[in-house]
Amino acid sequence: MGEVIVVTSGKGGVGKTTTTANLGTGLALRGKNVVLVDADIGLRNLDVVMGLENRIVYDLVDVVDGNCRLRQALIKDKRYSTLYLLPAAQTKDKSAVNPQQMQKLCQELAEEYDYVIVDCPAGIEQGFKNAIAGASRAVVVTTPEVSAVRDADRIIGLLEASGLRNPQLVINRLRIDMVKRGDMMNIDDMIDILAIDLIGVVPDDEAIVISTNRGEPAVTNEASMAGQAYRNIVRRIMGEDVPFMNLESDSGFVSRLAKMFGFKKIK
Amino acid sequence: MDLFKMFSKPDNSKDIAKERLKLVLIHDRANVSPQFLEMIKGEIINVISDYMEIDESGLEIKLTRTKRDSDNSTVPALVANIPIRKMKDSGKV
Ligand SMILES: Nc1ncnc2c1ncn2[C@@H]1O[C@H](COP(=O)(O)OP(=O)(O)O)[C@@H](O)[C@H]1O
Ligand SMILES: [Mg+2]
Repeated sequence: MGEVIVVTSGKGGVGKTTTTANLGTGLALRGKNVVLVDADIGLRNLDVVMGLENRIVYDLVDVVDGNCRLRQALIKDKRYSTLYLLPAAQTKDKSAVNPQQMQKLCQELAEEYDYVIVDCPAGIEQGFKNAIAGASRAVVVTTPEVSAVRDADRIIGLLEASGLRNPQLVINRLRIDMVKRGDMMNIDDMIDILAIDLIGVVPDDEAIVISTNRGEPAVTNEASMAGQAYRNIVRRIMGEDVPFMNLESDSGFVSRLAKMFGFKKIK
Repeated sequence: MDLFKMFSKPDNSKDIAKERLKLVLIHDRANVSPQFLEMIKGEIINVISDYMEIDESGLEIKLTRTKRDSDNSTVPALVANIPIRKMKDSGKV
C-alpha cells in the first residue's frame, strides 16, 4: 500500500503545483512508482508544468463519472518510466467530485503506486476538502510572506481537524539576500510561528521559471539550487535524514536544524 | 548613549512582519475553535459569581489588541465586559 500525500497551502501561487511536479519527478528518479493527481478541477496546471498537456485524453472527472477506466486516464511520462499523471478536468468545476469519490480514487491508486501526490487547489472550500479526503500525509507550502504564512496556519488547523496530523512544511521562494538584510522572515521565524516540522526550503530560483517554460521540472537539473532543494525533500519524504542546505549563514537556523536532525553544525 | 541600542539591529521589516503575524494569528486561531472563548466565559462567570451577581446575558468577551503602557508596543489583550447586578455579601469588605 502506497502513501497518499496532499500538497496544499491555502494561498494560491505559493508553489503547490511546482512542488507536486518536482517531488513526483524526483521520487520517480529514485525508482519509485508515482502518480500525480491534479485536484485543481477547472484550473488544471500540473499537466503544463510537467510538459504533458498534449497527451490528455480523459481526466479525473471522467474516471469518477465512469466515462473511462482509471488506467485509461493515466498519462505515462515517457521520460521517467515510473511516473504517471491523472489530469484535472478543465471544463468542470470543483462540485463535479465529492470527498468520498476522491477517497476511493486515492485508495485505488495507492494499491498500485508507492506515492500518490495530490496537487491541491487554493482555498479552503470544496476543492480543498476533495484534495485532502484521500490523503494520509500532508505537505504545506508557504512563502516567507505574512499572507502566505497566515493562510498556512489556517490550513494546518484545518488539516489537523480532519485528522491529518503532523503536516510538514516546505518554505518556498526564500531569498537569502533579503533574509540577510532583515527584509524577509527567516526559517526560524516561520517555524517558530507555525510550530510544525520543516521538510525543506526551496530558494527563489530562475531555474523554476525556465524549467516550467520547458515543461521539465527543476529537480532534474543538477545545476539548479531549487532542484537540489527538491532532491533533498524527495529523500526526506522517503524517510532519509538529509542535512539541510546551508542557505543562510544565520546560526540560529543552522543550529536548530542540527539539533532537529542530529547533524553537526555546518561551518 | 544607549549602548544596547547601538548594537541591536534597527526594527527591520521582517521583525514587523513577524510581530503582525503573531497578533493576527491569535485571532485566527481563536476563531478556528469557537468553543475557546465560550470556555473562558464559563470559567470567568464561575469565579466572579462568588463575589457578585452578574448579568450573564450581557457578558461580552473578546480577543483584541492594545498598546502596552511601558513601551507602547502592541500586545494581544483579552477584554471582558461584565455587567454587575449587585455585590454579594461575601464580596463586601
Ligand atoms: N522557488 C521558486 N522560484 C521561482 N519561482 C517560483 C518558485 N516556486 C514557484 N515559482 C513560480 O511561482 C508561480 C506559482 O507557482 P505554482 O506552483 O503554480 O503555485 P500554486 O500551485 O501554489 O498556485 C509559478 O509561476 C512558478 O513558476
Ligand atoms: Mg496550482
